[in-house]
Amino acid sequence: MNEPLTFQYAVDGDNFTSAGQASVQVKKVLRRLGLDPETIRRVSIAMYEGEINMVIHAGGGEAEVRIYEDSIEIVLRDSGPGIADIDQAMQEGFSTAPDNIRSLGFGAGMGLPNMKRYTDSMQIESTVGVGTTITMRVDL
Amino acid sequence: MTIRDICGYLDAEVLCGAEALDREVHSACGSDMMSDVLAFVKNQAVLLTGLVNAQVVRTALMMDIVCIVFVRSKKPGPEIVAFAEENGLTVLTTDLRMYEACGKLYAAGLKGNGEIHE
Ligand SMILES: Nc1ncnc2c1ncn2[C@@H]1O[C@H](COP(=O)(O)OP(=O)(O)OP(=O)(O)O)[C@@H](O)[C@H]1O
Ligand SMILES: [Mg+2]
Repeated sequence: MNEPLTFQYAVDGDNFTSAGQASVQVKKVLRRLGLDPETIRRVSIAMYEGEINMVIHAGGGEAEVRIYEDSIEIVLRDSGPGIADIDQAMQEGFSTAPDNIRSLGFGAGMGLPNMKRYTDSMQIESTVGVGTTITMRVDL
Repeated sequence: MTIRDICGYLDAEVLCGAEALDREVHSACGSDMMSDVLAFVKNQAVLLTGLVNAQVVRTALMMDIVCIVFVRSKKPGPEIVAFAEENGLTVLTTDLRMYEACGKLYAAGLKGNGEIHE
């Protein structure tokens, strides 16, 4: 099997203004590769939610997108506080975002459910005090 | 309905993307919470919002939304407008509040058609 085409991005946790930039870049790359628009939209929405989460909940992290022949994999890795109760975090409407984040348009508790909905598989590995790694896959 | 029709119904000012005023739109959503917007995929959609920041434009780009309407006289700064313009979005601003702006477009026939992606 060929090595996947891989793109890596550092996600800055200190600057909310730039939050979401990596996902905008990925969307452009996927368009250039000529993938179908619905697939591009699913990948970019899922990554965008995860990227914003790393900024608002984890102080930043790194994102990697791997393009295989039959799927696209998105890996989001951070060294933030971790998620204590993943089942609870996955519920629509659950959010620990403070008011200042809500005033920026985030904190509805819809991000993780959206990520699950738009992808074909999603795995969350998280350790409190160590960090979180989310791996998502969209089949082509 | 076209974006030009929306300008008429909402008495809106065009901040960028005037060349696309004759583009057809088929659905709309109104929210200040971006993940609510991201939950509903629609085609050739309009986003009405009272939130003003770069993430509104990025959210629109992720969703393939074609037009953003800022309600309550909100006006984004020049860097936000430039970013939207570079990416081919039409940006409007109206004095109407969210409820009235959505109500007028709905009454004029622009439905929500919100479908949660399965
Ligand atoms: N990378 C992360 N590190 C630590 N905690 C996280 C991370 N991602 C999500 N969480 C926790 O899971 C909760 C739910 O996340 P989710 O993305 O669904 O909602 P939200 O980010 O709070 O709001 P929204 O996504 O609707 O703007 C968050 O409020 C936060 O407590
Ligand atoms: Mg979130």
